[in-house]
Amino acid sequence: MRPAIEVRGVSKAYGTVQALSAIDLDVAHGEFFALLGPNGAGKTTLISLIAGLAKADAGSVRVMGHHVVADYQQARRSLGVVPQELVFDPFFSVRETLRLQSGYYGLRRNDNWIDEILERLDLVPKADANMRSLSGGMKRRVLVAQALVHKPPVIILDEPTAGVDVDLRQGLWEFIRRLNEEGHTIVLTTHYLEEAESLCTRIGMLKQGRMVVLDSTENLLKRFSALKLRLRMVGESLPDSLQPLLAAPGSNGEWVLALRDYAQVEEVLAELRRCHREIAGMELTQPDLEEVFMSIMRGY
Amino acid sequence: MDTNLGGFLTLFYKEILRFRKVAFQTVLAPILTAILYLLIFSHVLEGRVQVYPGVAYGSFLIPGLAMMSLLQNSFANTSSSIAQSKITGNIVFVLLTPLTHSQFYLAYVLAACARGLLVGSGVLLATSPFVSIPLAQPVWVFLFAFLGSAMLGTLGLLCGIWAEKFDQIAAFQNFIIIPLTFLSGVFYSIHSLPDVWQQASKLNPFFYMIDGFRYGFFGVSDVSPHSSLVIVGGALLALSFVTLLLIRRGYKLRA
Ligand SMILES: Nc1ncnc2c1ncn2[C@@H]1O[C@H](COP(=O)(O)OP(=O)(O)OP(=O)(O)O)[C@@H](O)[C@H]1O
Ligand SMILES: [Mg+2]
Repeated sequence: MRPAIEVRGVSKAYGTVQALSAIDLDVAHGEFFALLGPNGAGKTTLISLIAGLAKADAGSVRVMGHHVVADYQQARRSLGVVPQELVFDPFFSVRETLRLQSGYYGLRRNDNWIDEILERLDLVPKADANMRSLSGGMKRRVLVAQALVHKPPVIILDEPTAGVDVDLRQGLWEFIRRLNEEGHTIVLTTHYLEEAESLCTRIGMLKQGRMVVLDSTENLLKRFSALKLRLRMVGESLPDSLQPLLAAPGSNGEWVLALRDYAQVEEVLAELRRCHREIAGMELTQPDLEEVFMSIMRGY
Repeated sequence: MDTNLGGFLTLFYKEILRFRKVAFQTVLAPILTAILYLLIFSHVLEGRVQVYPGVAYGSFLIPGLAMMSLLQNSFANTSSSIAQSKITGNIVFVLLTPLTHSQFYLAYVLAACARGLLVGSGVLLATSPFVSIPLAQPVWVFLFAFLGSAMLGTLGLLCGIWAEKFDQIAAFQNFIIIPLTFLSGVFYSIHSLPDVWQQASKLNPFFYMIDGFRYGFFGVSDVSPHSSLVIVGGALLALSFVTLLLIRRGYKLRA
């Protein structure tokens, strides 16, 4: 079976800006994939190419096996996109917006599903409000609803939680996680790295139009980010034998050591005991995606 | 083959809704303007100008005014809708869907026809208490009204796709559409013009729309309605072809 999204050798330039260079990417069915990268890395451009909103200079893109240019109708039926910008049509109410969107796909009797999405996104009280009168967070939810009217197997969300408060953000993630559990393939971009880390099984990182990393979340955390041991000792120095483990130059009474794994904690403690050091405080921190991200972005 | 007829009908319906929601500006205002033109021009010129034998100036003027309003409103409908969607960004909602290129084209242009025909018939209806005019060949009237609105709807679509700012649409309207309509014989018969201007008028495609349209009312025209039909139909086909090609290529829509 072909992957849900298949990007092959895709490049795209805007004038002199090379927005994407030779991107290859497969997203499997049912995967929860995060596309990360700093501002201007090319995330939205890649999404636009997958959605057929822009044309690639080279390479090809397929969604559920359908070529996005040659077989655009089938490709677009398979895909729901939540755009990054808060766009809306000021002429219509929330329900009208969803009915029209559903109609564009030829689904005219879709009210049950529309009611269900309104319900699930907490939009029922606003169903008949004009789009103009909604707050930014509400508009964002309508965008999510619009992407779902035709029950697409693949859903791409471009920063769905930008400018959304904590409560709503939690709610949205919960909603998206449920969609994934129901079998939808999810691709999202976000600048909230903890969220990507906790939700997504695989991560691609873009930097200046290149895919610099493409791996499972688990591997990335293992590969790029060590376990950190924060030690506090009063009036002591760090034994010379432990100096090579320092993650950063130590300061007064406090050191951060980078460890390979949990077993190494034992070794460090044994060494401290052997050198008669007394520990005043100790904290073990898990690797996190933010560090991975920072080290990758520095490195490439 | 995915016909998605429902998708096409929805986009058409949405475009109708769009002008219906602001019908005061999009339908009533242009009708009112046409009535003012009629009252002023026929008051000033009545009895001094006779264009066709036995046809009073006021009667002569009405089809021209109706056609002018029809053309301008068809253009305004597509150009403003596309430009607005493009500038606010909500055109993505249409671009993301499985609508085909020709469905996109037809939905916008047919909605422009609907508004043009509505305004045009509104002008005829609203002016009927002031001046009565014959209706010699209703089929020609409808044919030219339809072709004219489709032509200007298509031009508006092209202009909306091309424009990046509203200023550019206003410029196109003020420097191309309005001069071409005013110089097409809305207010006069080209036979009353010096020869050189008569020849120049015949290069103006709008002239044939208005002349053929008028033929439907009076059974008299400056050129044969058959040639007008061929010219207007041909121009519409050529323009539609270019527009479809651009839409297919994603010109300025799918950058
Ligand atoms: N329509 C366009 N015209 C010209 N340049 C563009 C266009 N769209 C994107 N770019 C450029 O392409 C590059 C990639 O932009 P893109 O929007 O894909 O970045 P991004 O990763 O989505 O960033 P952000 O996190 O800020 O959303 C940037 O340098 C941007 O300026
Ligand atoms: Mg972006």
